[in-house]
Amino acid sequence: MNVRSQIAMVFHLDKCIGCHTCSIACKNIWTDRKGAEYMWWNNVETKPGTGYPTKWEDQKIYKGGWEKKKKGEITLRSSGKYKGLLNIFHNPHMPVMDDYYEPWTYKYLDLIESPQGDDQPTARPVSLVTGKPLDIKSGPNWDDDLSGTPKYARKDPNFEDLSPAEQEAMFQLEKMAMFYLPRICNHCLNPACVAACPSGAIYKRGEDGVVLINQNVCRAWRMCVTACPYKKSYYNWSTGKSEKCILCYPRLEAGFAPACMHSCVGRIRYLGVLLYDADKIKEAVSSAEDELIEKQLDLILDPFDENVIKEAKANGIADSTIFAAQTSPIYKFVKVWHLGLPLHAEYRTVPMLFYVPPLLPVMASLSITDNSKQAEKLDPIAKFWNKNHLYNTNTESIWGTIEQARFPLKYLASLFGAGNEQKIKNVLKKQLAVRIHRRNITVGDIDKNTAEKILLETGLTPKIADEIYYLTSLAKFDDRFNIPPAHREQALEMLEDTGDLKGSTGFGFKAEPKRSL
Amino acid sequence: MAFYNNFFFTVLPYVAIIIFFIGIVYRFRAVKFSYSSLSSQFLETRKLYWGSVPFHWGIIFLFFGHLIAFLVPGYILLWNQQPLRLAILELTAFTFGLMTFIGLINLFYRRLTNARVRKVTNYVDIFLEVILLAQIFLGLWIAVGYRWGSSWFAIVLSPYLKSIFTLNPQIDAVAMLPLVIQLHIILAFIILLIIPFTRLVHLLVFPLSYLWRPYQKVIWNWDRKKIRNPQTSWTLHKPRNN
Repeated sequence: MNVRSQIAMVFHLDKCIGCHTCSIACKNIWTDRKGAEYMWWNNVETKPGTGYPTKWEDQKIYKGGWEKKKKGEITLRSSGKYKGLLNIFHNPHMPVMDDYYEPWTYKYLDLIESPQGDDQPTARPVSLVTGKPLDIKSGPNWDDDLSGTPKYARKDPNFEDLSPAEQEAMFQLEKMAMFYLPRICNHCLNPACVAACPSGAIYKRGEDGVVLINQNVCRAWRMCVTACPYKKSYYNWSTGKSEKCILCYPRLEAGFAPACMHSCVGRIRYLGVLLYDADKIKEAVSSAEDELIEKQLDLILDPFDENVIKEAKANGIADSTIFAAQTSPIYKFVKVWHLGLPLHAEYRTVPMLFYVPPLLPVMASLSITDNSKQAEKLDPIAKFWNKNHLYNTNTESIWGTIEQARFPLKYLASLFGAGNEQKIKNVLKKQLAVRIHRRNITVGDIDKNTAEKILLETGLTPKIADEIYYLTSLAKFDDRFNIPPAHREQALEMLEDTGDLKGSTGFGFKAEPKRSL
Repeated sequence: MAFYNNFFFTVLPYVAIIIFFIGIVYRFRAVKFSYSSLSSQFLETRKLYWGSVPFHWGIIFLFFGHLIAFLVPGYILLWNQQPLRLAILELTAFTFGLMTFIGLINLFYRRLTNARVRKVTNYVDIFLEVILLAQIFLGLWIAVGYRWGSSWFAIVLSPYLKSIFTLNPQIDAVAMLPLVIQLHIILAFIILLIIPFTRLVHLLVFPLSYLWRPYQKVIWNWDRKKIRNPQTSWTLHKPRNN
């Protein structure tokens, strides 16, 4: 056992309102620079939709991530030692600026300085790359909220496994639905970007698992951009270096939450520590597709286990980190409650961000069955909410709503289940059971027996259901954000001998103040 | 005349070699960040394919061709003993030369005409491409006009280059060569000289070590095991990530 610690995040998608505040917070801190204008280390996508860059999930185009070979081992889909070096002069699968968008600004001064004339002056958009007037064809969040549109939503790569009829059913006006998918770098345990980097500029930090690009070593071979199946490594066209989400590590080290998490209006994000067994990664990433998620979750160790604690200490993991792992909200969501699922586990990078799949559209689909039911909606509200309807005591019909969800299980499974519908179903059932349980307590129109029966069926107890409810709905900032101190006081001593610089005058030496060479 | 010959075939090579070595080391230590291939594929990819791929594969072949002829001239002469083998070698080399030339023209055209790529172009880039174009053009001219270069290179130029590196420059043979060939030699040293000042430094950091490193890379900025050990007050290792 080789115990390591990893900072991981959970996104509760039911709570995401798609306000993009996270994206803006990130942009203002990190990517508001020349060459980085087009980058969104954090972005929020509308699903179904094509995303950013366009159709990033379609690995037939971009060839990102790992694929399993017949012999059982995994290889990078388009890069790697031989393919990567052979394609180094021209990377055939690399997305170009037009796959993201060409960044622009407006000529605001024209509004003030235009000479007097018959027309109102306008601020024309100009490209931030060339400075020339630009006919804007796409931009950040260009497909925001555009569910059902032929150009965006219907080209979602996750529809590949759905029959045309199933797709059509999703886009009937009455059934149309969408949800938001916030994305940052997944800080994977088996990162494809690290493996694809010919210079060895990308690395995973051992202490907290943050994946970083050393800007001094990056030589613009661009393989990480292709290799990352989530397209979260971006090429800075101005500096000629790749850049990516750094999980706000300077903030983490100082005990602050990452900007995206701190600014989250819907409080959908949770950040905490996971302990994992690095020795098992190889086995997990080369397992069969339907076992991938199971194996990934097996990597995560029980921080209460005596043996794990012993091994962690032997590996130099601080007590504060072990304690943070025991109280980690991520551990609860992912391992205890089995509510959090990785995004596209089939890329085999072992992403360390987890998503609680959205339940809301599932519930909303029940009342739309035929016109007679529609007519009943005209009845007084009290009558409408009788137990024959939405919150039915009949368990069969309750789980039935999941089967006929607005989002076909197959669609959600393509995103969060590596194709396994049962995984999604279990999570949705649990979420529904918690709601029914809380409905029983707060409203009381569902009888206790029914609620308990449903809980039992999903393997929950009222106590656990209340905990899930608490962490989902009531959690305060410290419940959602729980990471260990970075122990910078010790880190400093390991980075440089503090005694070495004693006697140096003032501040700002870049090199040691030694005489001559 | 002797002055010019001495300057171009004795002084220039040594100046170029010295500036090259000092320049690349200084630049690597002082502005490591600037070591980059500065790829512009992100801004334009289709035209790049028709420029970059033929140019790079071509110039790699030509570079190693010249290098082999310099290092083991005897083997080249041995190979060239049969006219057919000589013809094959010359034709192959000429094809690669043409490929390089056409690739570079495509690259040059792309750099001048694409508005986005123009934005990441500076005068040094243009200067460099013009010099390379001239050099490859001269090379092709020599291949056509002064036949069987692979043989006379081994006889005339290999000894000259060897004499440079053994610090005993013999320029008599080189001084007799036609002007086109002399220009080709001079330009070669000029290119060597300007490498540290241009984007050409990227060829020095070609990532061959990728072939033998493990795929995954984890860096511990500090070693917690050592922190926990009361016997060691200071760390024994420094982080390697900067």
